[in-house]
Amino acid sequence: MNKKITRFSASMRILHWAMAALIISLLSAGMTMVKSLEVWQLELLTLHKAAGLLVAVLVVVRLVNRWCATVPALPDSLPRWQKTMALGSHYALYSLMILMPLTGFLMQYYGARPIAVFSWFTLPSALYPDIELYALYRQLHGFIGYTLAVLILVHVLAALQHHFIRKDGVLKSML
Amino acid sequence: MKQYLILLFSLITLPAFADVPRVSAQQFVDLQQGESTYPGYRRAHAKGMCISGEFVSNGNLSRYSTASVFKSSKTPFIGRLSIAGNNPYAPDLKAPVRSLALSFATSQTKQWRVAMNTPPVMAVANPHDFYQQIVAIKKGPEAIGAFFEAHPESADFLQWKANYQPSSSFALETYHSINAFYLVDEQNQRQAVRWEVKPHASTSSLKNSFTGDNALFNEFKQQLSDGPVMFDWVFTLATEQDDEHNPAKRWPQTREKMIAGQIKITQWQAQQGGRCDGINYDPLVLPQGIEATKDPILRARSAAYAESYRRRAVEVLAGDVEEGRDE
Repeated sequence: MNKKITRFSASMRILHWAMAALIISLLSAGMTMVKSLEVWQLELLTLHKAAGLLVAVLVVVRLVNRWCATVPALPDSLPRWQKTMALGSHYALYSLMILMPLTGFLMQYYGARPIAVFSWFTLPSALYPDIELYALYRQLHGFIGYTLAVLILVHVLAALQHHFIRKDGVLKSML
Repeated sequence: MKQYLILLFSLITLPAFADVPRVSAQQFVDLQQGESTYPGYRRAHAKGMCISGEFVSNGNLSRYSTASVFKSSKTPFIGRLSIAGNNPYAPDLKAPVRSLALSFATSQTKQWRVAMNTPPVMAVANPHDFYQQIVAIKKGPEAIGAFFEAHPESADFLQWKANYQPSSSFALETYHSINAFYLVDEQNQRQAVRWEVKPHASTSSLKNSFTGDNALFNEFKQQLSDGPVMFDWVFTLATEQDDEHNPAKRWPQTREKMIAGQIKITQWQAQQGGRCDGINYDPLVLPQGIEATKDPILRARSAAYAESYRRRAVEVLAGDVEEGRDE
């Protein structure tokens, strides 16, 4: 029972990397499509919404999975404040992963724009728009998006720092 | 799936085909709103009023589209009549372009927004040329003359313009979809269409006795106090010879036309605080049974409308809205 775990479980690693790819694509698609007047903007928007819904589902699976799993501890060599920062940034990342699809859905809901997931099914929206709530969730979606992008960058830099500078097993535990 | 592969491919190759300066949604809306902004108002077609009524469908189009609006029934709408320009107080009789927008909220999963203008075609075929056209309009007659000369695709638009005289009433105008859409039936068959909303009223029976900056709107309110204002909703069916992706090219007059039913406008409301004010009449909000073509102008409308909507929505949220001047 006391055997030390040095690696995240396969399911956690797969979820981590799959969601990393999805979220980075979603962020770059989002930042592109709000500016673009090109013909493919509609397809990009459609994909963004469907992929956003997928992230919403995956983040729930991931949280349950994380809740049930035992994970490798951070190296003892790590100063206490860095451990706190690491923990805090992970909570922040999880929170933003939940808030992004939620605000995205709510801005569409109050803009009275049903979200069609290909021809498969359609998420409902309000019958009539509420322009103030639309504004609120639209602004939050953008703001949280940029915050998430910055956090991801910090997360990546921290992982690289662990691997190349500290040379501990933190990055390897996720590979 | 194929369209998404095409999307990926075009993302990589598009810059190579760029022959005009490419503009963003933000640049476009910046140009439309100009130097003076009116907080809380739409950046384009700022002056308008809310209308409501119903579309009485005769069921003729239900064999082409599964959209519930085309079933033999009545569908209520919240609409908006407006004039071109960024100024919500502009003298309305002088406006060269008038618009009619409709929003059908059939259910929580079915929304259809329709935004129509008086011209039947665009002068150009993509948003980047359209941007340059607006730049030229703002510069003056010489620049716009030179612009049209450099853009022979504007021939159909110019021909229409030469024969068009803005009327004295919203009830006398014909409003066009401009862009083409697909009607999609139960077998997933697509039929490209354009449409127009044609007035029942005629110039001989209708005289506008109003004057001043709000003459167009006041005259329409007057008409509504006497009873509903009626239009026919007429669809034109494209054949294989027509390019549904080119908004500057008219389709021949001989194309089959079908009347889908009547649009009956019964009430009006001031736009500030009115039910149409919160609606973004984005023509890419489509229900099942209607799809967008790859017309570059149509595709660009969505992102530009979204940017305009976002700007004014944030102003409304911040309470930064100029109260309407008394009419």
